[in-house]
Amino acid sequence: MRRLLLILACLTAFAGPAIAADPSEMLKDPALESRAQHLGKELRCLVCQSESIEDSNADLARDLRVIVRERIQSGESDDQVMQYVVDRYGDYVLLRPPFKASTLVLWVGPFALLLAGLAAAAAFYRRRTNAAPPPPPLSAEEKRRLEALLKDHPPS
Amino acid sequence: MRRLLYLLPVAVFAVLALFFLRGLSLNPRDLPSVLIDRPVPEMALPPLPGRGPDTGLATADLKGRVSLVNIFGSWCIACVQEHPFLMRIKQSGAVPIHGIDWRDDPAEGAKWLKKNGDPYERVGADPAPGRAAIDFGVTGAPETFIVDKAGIIRYKHIGPVTREAWDKTLLPIIRELETK
Amino acid sequence: MIAEIGHFALVLALAVACVQAVVPLVGAERGERAWMDLAGPAAVAQLVLVGIAFAALTHAYVTSDFSLLNVAQNSHTDKPMLYKVSGVWGNHEGSLLLWITILALFGAAVTAFGGNLPPTLKARALAVQALITVGFLAFILFTSNPFERLDPPPMNGSGLNPLLQDPGLAFHPPFLYLGYVGFSMAFSFAIAALIEGKVDAAWARWVRPWTLAAWVFLTLGIALGSWWAYYELGWGGWWYWDPVENASFMPWLAGTALLHSAVVVEKRDALKSWTILLAIVTFGLSLLGTFLVRSGVITSVHAFASDPTRGVFILMLLVVAIGGSFMLYAVRAPALKTGGLFAPISREGALLLNNVLMATGAGTVLLGTLYPLFADALSLGKVSVGPPFFNSVFVPLMVPMVLAMGMGPLVSWKRGDLAGALARVKLAMAAALAAAIATWVMQGGSAGPWWAAGGIGLAVWLLLGTLTEIAERVRLFRAPLGDSMRRAANLPRAAWGMTLAHGGLAVLIAGMTASSAWKAESVQTMTIGETVTVAGYAFTLKAVRDVDGPNYLATEGTFEVAKDGKVFALVTPEKRTYRQPPRPTTEAAIVGTFLGDVYAVIGDAVPEGGWVTRLYFNPLVPWMWVGCLIMVAGGLVSLSDRRHRIGAPTRARAAAAQAAKA
Repeated sequence: MRRLLLILACLTAFAGPAIAADPSEMLKDPALESRAQHLGKELRCLVCQSESIEDSNADLARDLRVIVRERIQSGESDDQVMQYVVDRYGDYVLLRPPFKASTLVLWVGPFALLLAGLAAAAAFYRRRTNAAPPPPPLSAEEKRRLEALLKDHPPS
Repeated sequence: MRRLLYLLPVAVFAVLALFFLRGLSLNPRDLPSVLIDRPVPEMALPPLPGRGPDTGLATADLKGRVSLVNIFGSWCIACVQEHPFLMRIKQSGAVPIHGIDWRDDPAEGAKWLKKNGDPYERVGADPAPGRAAIDFGVTGAPETFIVDKAGIIRYKHIGPVTREAWDKTLLPIIRELETK
Repeated sequence: MIAEIGHFALVLALAVACVQAVVPLVGAERGERAWMDLAGPAAVAQLVLVGIAFAALTHAYVTSDFSLLNVAQNSHTDKPMLYKVSGVWGNHEGSLLLWITILALFGAAVTAFGGNLPPTLKARALAVQALITVGFLAFILFTSNPFERLDPPPMNGSGLNPLLQDPGLAFHPPFLYLGYVGFSMAFSFAIAALIEGKVDAAWARWVRPWTLAAWVFLTLGIALGSWWAYYELGWGGWWYWDPVENASFMPWLAGTALLHSAVVVEKRDALKSWTILLAIVTFGLSLLGTFLVRSGVITSVHAFASDPTRGVFILMLLVVAIGGSFMLYAVRAPALKTGGLFAPISREGALLLNNVLMATGAGTVLLGTLYPLFADALSLGKVSVGPPFFNSVFVPLMVPMVLAMGMGPLVSWKRGDLAGALARVKLAMAAALAAAIATWVMQGGSAGPWWAAGGIGLAVWLLLGTLTEIAERVRLFRAPLGDSMRRAANLPRAAWGMTLAHGGLAVLIAGMTASSAWKAESVQTMTIGETVTVAGYAFTLKAVRDVDGPNYLATEGTFEVAKDGKVFALVTPEKRTYRQPPRPTTEAAIVGTFLGDVYAVIGDAVPEGGWVTRLYFNPLVPWMWVGCLIMVAGGLVSLSDRRHRIGAPTRARAAAAQAAKA
């Protein structure tokens, strides 16, 4: 039942993305506001679970936006504000997962994949060159004949 | 060796398939609380109007006895569903229940308790943006926390407390904490 | 009655599919021509039967037959006709039926256009296609029957999610499915080739048009979805790295790699087992997307209501289809003969590099999308992987890809000349560098994001590199103009297709970079007569009125937009509240200009007077849509190439030889 309610809450939140960041919530100082928006984009809305709090219309997301802005205004650094939220909700709220043992595969994986792909391609080339020795370069005579041919029939 | 390389796709796929199978029985929406085994957050919430002068909820109130902290609101549909059971817990005298009236007009909260019955010993008003509830790591109402004698959070129950959840999970934890 | 006919047609289709899956396969093994020839008529019969079922469900939606559970849950009499029809596939059961219909359509298309395919290959490919159909028909009949009756029928339906009541989203799923299901053709041909143990240039020539068609549809489908998110969600964003978006993006990446590796098979008779693997992976990722969206394994705002039984069923389907194919691959692929010389600095080398990077990209998206599940299953805690992760990992991976793309086509087959190619792109390189510096200066140095200059530089590099290549081919400015024109007309269509597709991507990159870097935004409360200026556009709120739509009520704001004191446009954004189901949506008002979109959204009325408004200038966003359309056009032009017409094998060989020479 609660799951259903959550889904309903999400659907309505998703359906009404009209104006999430209300003008009344916004900070007067544009530099602070842009910091707040930047942090908000990195924090996951807990009710909807696939949007950032900046993009969500859920009440809890709104509250978190307000609190993030309060803390920024009180002079906290970005890290302190993020830590405040993580202390309450865990790493789950971070849309950019922190680099630690449990996310090692996630962060290193793509680059390992790339290296593996390049290594596989290199191995492929080595096998190919071993299998088929390159033909010897054209002799001066051959080059001259080729040029003559090309002059008569330019390649299309 | 080269033949083994051709087995790589099926091996990777087999691992993925096992994860998917496991995933079917996991709920990605279940969120464990990070506050378990941590002290109750600092708070000093004012009482609801008409509930008496010293009935608000502060951190110190949660020390000395095992207690429940229930996050509710007059706007919350599932809380209505849960409420009769909280009344029964109160009648049984098993454990004191405290409430946090979350994201609510305190007057509305008081009216709602008058209408549906008041199972709480202490109730703190926590209107929007619900700082105290967020300190508890709230994701929705209702949520219920078990706090031990030293004021440490020991368990979080998400959603309405049902008879089944109470008998199977909550009550045994409370009994055990009381013996310590 | 009509619904029962539809249901019965599906059951018959299942029976036909079972026959089509077995008899031609056995026939091909034994060399029984008659058994093989059964595949064609069976595929046509399937299309007829599935078509009847689809028509029956559409009929139920059009006539609002609420005695069908599916119609009652997803439709309403007040809905405009367009959305009654698109409502057919706006839900789990109906979208599955659409999927099967498209599958049948492709099967019948092989029968119609595959006259010159070797009979065993055709029989086997159609049999594999039928196996997939059996799986999906069983899925729909046993877990998701769209023809389930409701007794007594309700007076009216509960309506379609208003977000789906939109022309962009009405046609998004059909194109997406045409793409996903289109990749099943490459898959079926790959499995057939594994069974036959033979992959050659002819095979690649048969597979390429199907893959290309699927790619065109999928590109269009993804672009439509992105366009929809852009104007309907009211944020001016166009890509959210949501699991459902990723589910469509992964097959696109793999399919793009497949298109390129199939060229190597055709021209150089190499990368065969890799291409077969890519064909399986591409369709596997399409199926995986279906699993993710319908099983509830991954949370997403767009997912269908999940159901564990369905999840188990699709997982079984996935294991049988993809797991089985990989097994077959492990057994048969090592026997595939590989071709001769293959040098790193050559066209095929560049295409291989493309494949490595594309595959890494697809792997990265897969890892990011599934990581929350991995962490949860291994009890590593709950993790979220959102846009910040993808932007900081996926995007850098694509930079070397675009760098290589600007030059790859200039390197010749077999033995390329890197120094020569570099010399020919000197101009493009200098222009890209100049564009990057100009961008940096124009955005005021570090006042804008540092990567914007790089993005614009890359776009210029890719565009000019692509243009250099085509200019060389027609010897522009080096031969008389008439001569160049004649050469241009004689170039194979596939060459023009590539030029268009690569050029389109360049335009798309410019659009993505600019709209992410320099979006101008203003959120405020406005009263009638008030003016707010965003990026030089002065928005004046002229009027706000209530509008009574067919199945919604709306607040409509009228803004006058002026630039340099001159009135430029009148725009009317709406905030709608649908009656059934009662849900609000925003309808942003957008005016496209060459340099960007003027974008206005109206929100709720404020108690103190006035309305909340969001005003944007989204630079170069129209370039993204145009870029996608150019890419699609490139695919279509390439598809019209004589060599890709399956009916002209002899001519094709001649043309291929000519192109290889060129």
